[in-house]
Amino acid sequence: MTYRLTDEHLELRAMVRELAEERIAPRAAGIDESAEFPWDLKELLAQQDLLGTAFGEAYGGTDLDQLSQVILVEEIARADATTSLIPIVQKLGALPILLAGNDEQKTRYFPRLASGEWLAAFALTEAAAGSDVASNRMRATRDGDDYVLNGSKRFITHGSIANLITAFALTDPEAGGRKGMSAFIVETDTPGFAAPRVEHKMGIRGSPTAELTFDDVRVPAANRLGDEGEGFKIAMATLDRSRLAIAAQAVGISQGAVDAALSYAADRQQFGQRVSDFQGIQFMLADMASQTEAARQLTYAAAAAIEADAPDLPYWTSSAKLVAGDTAMRVTTDAVQVLGGYGYITEYPVERMMRDAKITQLYEGTQQIQRLIVARQLLARAGAGARR
Amino acid sequence: MKIVVCIKQVPATTAEKRYTDDLRLDRASAEAIINPLDEYAIEQALRLLDAGTVDEVGYLSMGPEQAGEALRRALAMGGESATLVTDPALAGADEWATAAVLAAALDKLAPDVALMGMASDDARGSLVPGAVAARRNLPLLSYGAELALADGQARIRRLSPTGFDWIAAPLPVVASVTDQVGEPRYASLKGIMAAKRKPLDTWSLADVGLSAEDLRSGALTRVTDARPPEAKPPTERIENVSADEAAAKIADWLAARKLV
Repeated sequence: MTYRLTDEHLELRAMVRELAEERIAPRAAGIDESAEFPWDLKELLAQQDLLGTAFGEAYGGTDLDQLSQVILVEEIARADATTSLIPIVQKLGALPILLAGNDEQKTRYFPRLASGEWLAAFALTEAAAGSDVASNRMRATRDGDDYVLNGSKRFITHGSIANLITAFALTDPEAGGRKGMSAFIVETDTPGFAAPRVEHKMGIRGSPTAELTFDDVRVPAANRLGDEGEGFKIAMATLDRSRLAIAAQAVGISQGAVDAALSYAADRQQFGQRVSDFQGIQFMLADMASQTEAARQLTYAAAAAIEADAPDLPYWTSSAKLVAGDTAMRVTTDAVQVLGGYGYITEYPVERMMRDAKITQLYEGTQQIQRLIVARQLLARAGAGARR
Repeated sequence: MKIVVCIKQVPATTAEKRYTDDLRLDRASAEAIINPLDEYAIEQALRLLDAGTVDEVGYLSMGPEQAGEALRRALAMGGESATLVTDPALAGADEWATAAVLAAALDKLAPDVALMGMASDDARGSLVPGAVAARRNLPLLSYGAELALADGQARIRRLSPTGFDWIAAPLPVVASVTDQVGEPRYASLKGIMAAKRKPLDTWSLADVGLSAEDLRSGALTRVTDARPPEAKPPTERIENVSADEAAAKIADWLAARKLV
C-alpha cells in the first residue's frame, strides 16, 4: 500500500496540532482527574468542523480521505486520548450507516452528526459477548412496522451521552449471532432505553463507557440497517475500518510520550549533566521514536488500504492496530522510565499516557483477535484457509 | 460597509532570526506566520462581519510572493477577498515605503475602515497606521481595545490612565487595535477549504500607481548594523542555605539595585 502526504494533509496536521497544543493539552490532566466528558472540547471540535470529516459535503461534512482522518485523530491523541475519542466514536457510531444505510437514513441522521449537534455510539458488545461477538443475546422482535428491542449492552463508549446508537440485536435467535443478527439505528430518547451505569476506568477516564439497557425499545423498521440477518457482516465491516482510528490514537499517544520524555531528558540534570547525555537514555529515546514512526507508517499504509477498498484491508487495519497498540504501551512505559519518579506522579503527563495506552490493546478487538484476523488473511492469501 | 485589514507576514515569534549579507531579515530561513498583533485586527473585523455591521471584509498585504500564504490563512478565518502588493522594487521597504504602498492600494480598494494591528512582531515600529492615515489624509483612530461602527462614524475604545476613552471620527478612517479586542478565532476546516477558492489578487507597484523611483527617492531609513542580542549575565543562584538566609540575600540583591 502506498500513500503520499499532500499539502492538504500537512495543512490539516498544522491546524489540528495548533488547536491540540493550545486548547486540548492544557485540559488533559483535568479531564483525567475529574473523569468528566469534555463538553467544551466537543463544542470546539464541532465548531472547527472536525466532527464531520467522515461525512459527505451534501450532509454538511467535509468528506476527508482516510489518511486525513488518521492525522486528525493522531494529533488530538498526542495531546489527550480521551478527547481523540470524540471524532473516533462519532465515526464508529456512524460507520454502520455509512456502510449499510440507505439514502433516507443518511439524509435523516448525517447532518446532525456532521455538525456535532448529535453524538453517535456503536453498541455491539454484551457482558457475555466480547471478542465472541456471535454469542450476542440482545433480541429484536418484529411487531408491525416496528422492532421491539430487549436486552443489554456493556462497555459502550459514549453510550450514556450519545443521541444515536447503532445497536446490534438478534432478529432470528435460532440462526445465532452470525446469521441471525441485525443492525438498528436507535435514537436514545426512545422510551425504554437507559444507560444506568458508567464504568470506572484505568485510562481514557473522561470518555464515558456505559452499560445500556433496552426494555421494550420500539424502533421503526425504517431504522434497520441492511437486511435482516446482515448485522454480523455489518459489524465486522465496521470494525475492519474503525480499528484504523484506534491505531491512529495509539500512534498519537506514543508520539505524545516521546515528546514528553525528550523534553524532560533534555532539561533534567543528574550527575552534573543532562539526563539526555547518558547513552542509556539516548538508546531508549531512539527506540521510542523509531518504533512510533514505524507504527505511524503502517497506520498510514492501512489508511491507504481502506481508501483503495483493498480486498485484504482487514490484514492492514488489524496489523496497524496490533503494532500501534503494542508500541503505545511500550513507548509510554519507557517514557515513565525516562522520567523516573517524576514519571510516576500526575505532575507529568506520561503516567496518564501509560494508563490511556492500555486500552488500545483491548478495545475494538483485543490484540489476540487482531492476530487471529491477520493470520486468517495470511492463510487465505496462501490458499490454505483457516479453521473456524 | 467594508473593512480592509492590513496584515503583515512575519517570522514566527519563536523562530531564530537570521540576517542576509545586506542586513535584511532572511525570511526564507524561518517559519512565517501572520503578525500575531494583526490577528486581533482580523478578529475585530470578523466580529463586525458576524454582527452584520459590515458587509465585507477584505485583506491587504505588502510583501514577497510568499506573503500570499498569510493572506490565505486570514481568508481561512473569514472574509471575502485579499490583495497582495508585491514587486521586486519593494525588497527592504521601510515603514515609510510600506505606508506609501499600502496607502496607494487602499485608495484603490476604498474601504470605510482600513484596520491594522498596533505593531508588527518583527520591526515593532508602530508607525504604519499613522503614516497611512497621513498619506491618505484621513482620521486615525489608534490603539483601540474595540472598534464600533454606527451612523457614519467609527469609534474606538482606548485604554487611558483613568479608564477608557471613546474616540470618534467620521468614516472613512484608518484604525489600529490592540490585543484587548479578544482572542482571535481559529480557522475552521471548512474555512481552510473555502479559502482556497476565495479571490487573491496580486498587484505590482505599477498597479497601485507608484514607481520604484517614488520609493527610492523616499528611502528614509537605512540599516547600518545588525547583531544578536548580547548574552544575559549568568544567573546568580542562591543554594544550600536556609530559607531566612536566602530571603535576606534576595532582599540585599534587590536593595543594591534600588528595587525595594
